[in-house]
Amino acid sequence: MTIRKMLLASVAVACAIGPATAFADTATKKIALSNNYAGNSWRQAMLTSWDKITKEAVTKGVVAAADPFTTAENQATEQAAQIQNMILQGYDAIVVNAASPTALNGAIKEACDAGITVVSFDGIVTEPCAWRIAVDFKAMGESQVDYLAKKLPKGGNLLEIRGLAGVSVDDQIHAGIEAGVKKNTQFKVVGSVNGDWAQDVAQRAVAGILPSLPEIAAVVTQGGDGYGAAQAFAAAKRPTPTIVMGNREDELVWWKQQKDKDKYETMSVSIAPGVSTLAFWVAQQILDGKEVKKDLVVPFLRIDQDNLEANLANTQKGGVANVEYSLEDAQKVIASAK
Amino acid sequence: MKLSSATVRLIIPAASLALLLVAVFYMQPRAMSYTGLNLLFNLAVPIALATIAQMLIMAVNDLDLSMGTFVSFCACVAATFLQTSPAIGILIFLGAIAVYAAIGVVIHVRELPSIVVTLGMSFVWGGLAVLLLPSPGGVAPGWVRWLMTAKPPVVPVAIVASILIAAITHFVVMRSSFGVAIRGVGGNHRSVERAGWSVIRLRAATYALAGVFAVLSGVALVGLTTSADANIALRYTLLSIAGVILGGGEFVGGKVSPIGAVIGALTLTLAGSFLSFMRISPDWQIGAQGAILVVVLALRLALNRLETREKTR
Repeated sequence: MTIRKMLLASVAVACAIGPATAFADTATKKIALSNNYAGNSWRQAMLTSWDKITKEAVTKGVVAAADPFTTAENQATEQAAQIQNMILQGYDAIVVNAASPTALNGAIKEACDAGITVVSFDGIVTEPCAWRIAVDFKAMGESQVDYLAKKLPKGGNLLEIRGLAGVSVDDQIHAGIEAGVKKNTQFKVVGSVNGDWAQDVAQRAVAGILPSLPEIAAVVTQGGDGYGAAQAFAAAKRPTPTIVMGNREDELVWWKQQKDKDKYETMSVSIAPGVSTLAFWVAQQILDGKEVKKDLVVPFLRIDQDNLEANLANTQKGGVANVEYSLEDAQKVIASAK
Repeated sequence: MKLSSATVRLIIPAASLALLLVAVFYMQPRAMSYTGLNLLFNLAVPIALATIAQMLIMAVNDLDLSMGTFVSFCACVAATFLQTSPAIGILIFLGAIAVYAAIGVVIHVRELPSIVVTLGMSFVWGGLAVLLLPSPGGVAPGWVRWLMTAKPPVVPVAIVASILIAAITHFVVMRSSFGVAIRGVGGNHRSVERAGWSVIRLRAATYALAGVFAVLSGVALVGLTTSADANIALRYTLLSIAGVILGGGEFVGGKVSPIGAVIGALTLTLAGSFLSFMRISPDWQIGAQGAILVVVLALRLALNRLETREKTR
């Protein structure tokens, strides 16, 4: 049984590296998802997306299996053991959302040495043999200021709500916003608070700093903090500035209410949990023998005034706006990286 | 033939390890190979070392709640200083071991509960680790990497290392007079004192030795992962305690078994793989891991009772 499988695998490999026209079928390939954490709405949406897209792919016979595994304790050593188990279980590709960018490198090297394709996304890994699907968080921050520059050509004062201090994502978005402000000199950041990506923390922090601030034209955020900021402005009886949202359901609902009431305008941007499905298709493409660059950039999910309703309809209560990626999307991302 | 009580103590952990191994081989025949065994057990090596460290502390009736953060700290040192300037790295390790000895002295002199002191120390080690590596990174020293990924003939390095750890600590703790004195402190420190030993020195030495094994654990861990982060080994606190208990040790009375502790660490690692091969949903995995622990401990309790009945008869 195992010997037959190994023969099949070697034939597949021979096909892949043989004549260039040979099409290595992925119908016999097995892909595993190694996930380190499932304790918030974003991760839950990520797992649901994975299930939805991969089940379809399995029934269509694109791949033989696509099994998700989540570690119980969100610990790097546990996830390293999980990946080593996957090697033993004979998966052809492992898609990883890593607990640590570096602490899994040993296990991932073992997987690569065993001939397994490793694709990391969201929580990416630094091991050179793995593929990385990263979000350009800096561009995400910059896009906020660019949008504001278009909407408020005269500029004005900005309040910046940052995320959790000491996390790299926070630094990157902040750097993007800084770059945006440097480019659009009519804007000035007059205050900055840490909202920890949570509505209640953001509301408290904004309420605390508001009395000391001049008139605010707009609030730049990192996601999960827009609704709290709006509440703080309302409580202080100050005019509501343009608050950039972060695709959470409560933020979109609030935005919709304001839009219906007095044509309030803003935009919303965040990373879609469905990025797991993009990683799945990228892994499938690599198994298919396609040339794929090691570093790919995933587009972030942006919601604007005109597609707010459509996105809100697709968002679960208490969830995050989401998109699931198709094979064509993956091919586009791969092509754009070349 | 009459079995000694120490052997009886080892039977349950050894049997449960064997049983789990058979189950894993049955489910995943691929594991029954050189690479397979190495993949199953290589992450058990640092856990086994941490378990030995914890066992030493437990031998003198104390408990170390800072084991996880200390191993994380050592991993961070190994991935930074030990790699860039080995001399400073070794100095830091020696300093850390000295701190461990000092903790032992403080606990003994002030008669403080070890749980409180080590819990406090866990924040110190955790803070130092974050200072060293604010974001994950560092590089494992080449020789550590080479050691942990070595491919000795016939037997994979994970098994060789486990046997070596078990053999060396068995000799130190069970056969040497120093080991007898350590266990004596746990059993009845007054009588050890009357026999002319300095209990304070013994405790300091025990803590220092535990520090040595914890340092080795951190270094071994970095050898496997290639780099470190400040939270890399937080699980080790509870895993090491569970490993000691699983391997036939006890919280008080100086009743410990080094071979059992290593087997306990291997069993815990294997239990994780076993559950993952069984496709148990992660929501249930912690519970299932706990259930395995409870079953093994219940078996041991039953055996203990048999043992005491034999004695009283």
